[in-house]
Amino acid sequence: MTGRSIPWLKFTAPANFYTLAQRLVPWLWPAAALCAVAGLYMGFFVAPPDHQQGDAYRILFIHVPTAWMGMLLYLLLAAYGAIFLVWRIKMADIMARAIAPTGALMTFLSLWTGALWGAPTWGTFWVWDARLTSTLILLFLFLGYMALHAASDDREKGGRAASLLAIIGAVNVPIIYFSVEWWYNLHQGVSVMRSDGPSMADSMLAALLLMIAAFWIYAGAIVLRRAQAEALSREARTEWAQAAAAGRLTREQRERAAVGIEGNRPPLESGGQT
Amino acid sequence: MWDGIGDFLAMGGYALYVWGAFGMVALGLLLEGILVARRRRQVRARLQRQSRRPAAARNQGE
Repeated sequence: MTGRSIPWLKFTAPANFYTLAQRLVPWLWPAAALCAVAGLYMGFFVAPPDHQQGDAYRILFIHVPTAWMGMLLYLLLAAYGAIFLVWRIKMADIMARAIAPTGALMTFLSLWTGALWGAPTWGTFWVWDARLTSTLILLFLFLGYMALHAASDDREKGGRAASLLAIIGAVNVPIIYFSVEWWYNLHQGVSVMRSDGPSMADSMLAALLLMIAAFWIYAGAIVLRRAQAEALSREARTEWAQAAAAGRLTREQRERAAVGIEGNRPPLESGGQT
Repeated sequence: MWDGIGDFLAMGGYALYVWGAFGMVALGLLLEGILVARRRRQVRARLQRQSRRPAAARNQGE
């Protein structure tokens, strides 16, 4: 019952998290699809061709969202890594591990779409400038996190080492973000988050924002699904996980599981070395 | 805005780049969706097997 007085700790219990995700995700898929369809329609049928780049600029509608998602997911990964290191909350490690593959995919896609955009506009698929190089490092950080986590037989140890890597690697995110201002770059500067307002047509901006929303929601849904599978797998021997796998997790089972977690291992007092 | 489907697919001469970019994104997301759905099915199936055989589950779970 301690969970009642501190509501935000409620979802540190995998059983509560599982149920929340189970309710949330069925709404996220159609929401993401709706945003994507609207964004693609705006991007391909309403937004006019660019006066310099013609129709090649339409890659922007997937390049910017994937690049932002990569950075955002990395910050989340580092934040969950820090929570796991400090408070030993198992659910934080599950979330971090669920985020990493999607973050790696988004970063890869931003590099891929960027290369295909650079080829016709810059005349090259790749250049070792600050933004591209730091984004490549971001991809390696995601992959490194996953490899390090999987390398150790002891999941607790692997999780701690990987979390540390995630936290240290977080310095790379501001480097990516500000690289276009700090160094001479082939990559163009900021065009959406400007103090004098976005530097593009309204229909282009609307398409871009819809696509960004679609990628946000998609990433949320897929990460929650992966975290659910991971939570079930780790809790395989518990009553709630077996009931959930069979699709009949009751409220009583869930609350019993949550009390078990909060009763045995108060998340805020479980420091110390093992 | 487009002069028929052929004009749309040609993307003003940038077809390879635009569709190469959008195609890879679609492929990536599709693949991720399939992989996560499969993992989910596998985990659920494993747990259902375990709950049917409690003794075996204890040995396998360690």
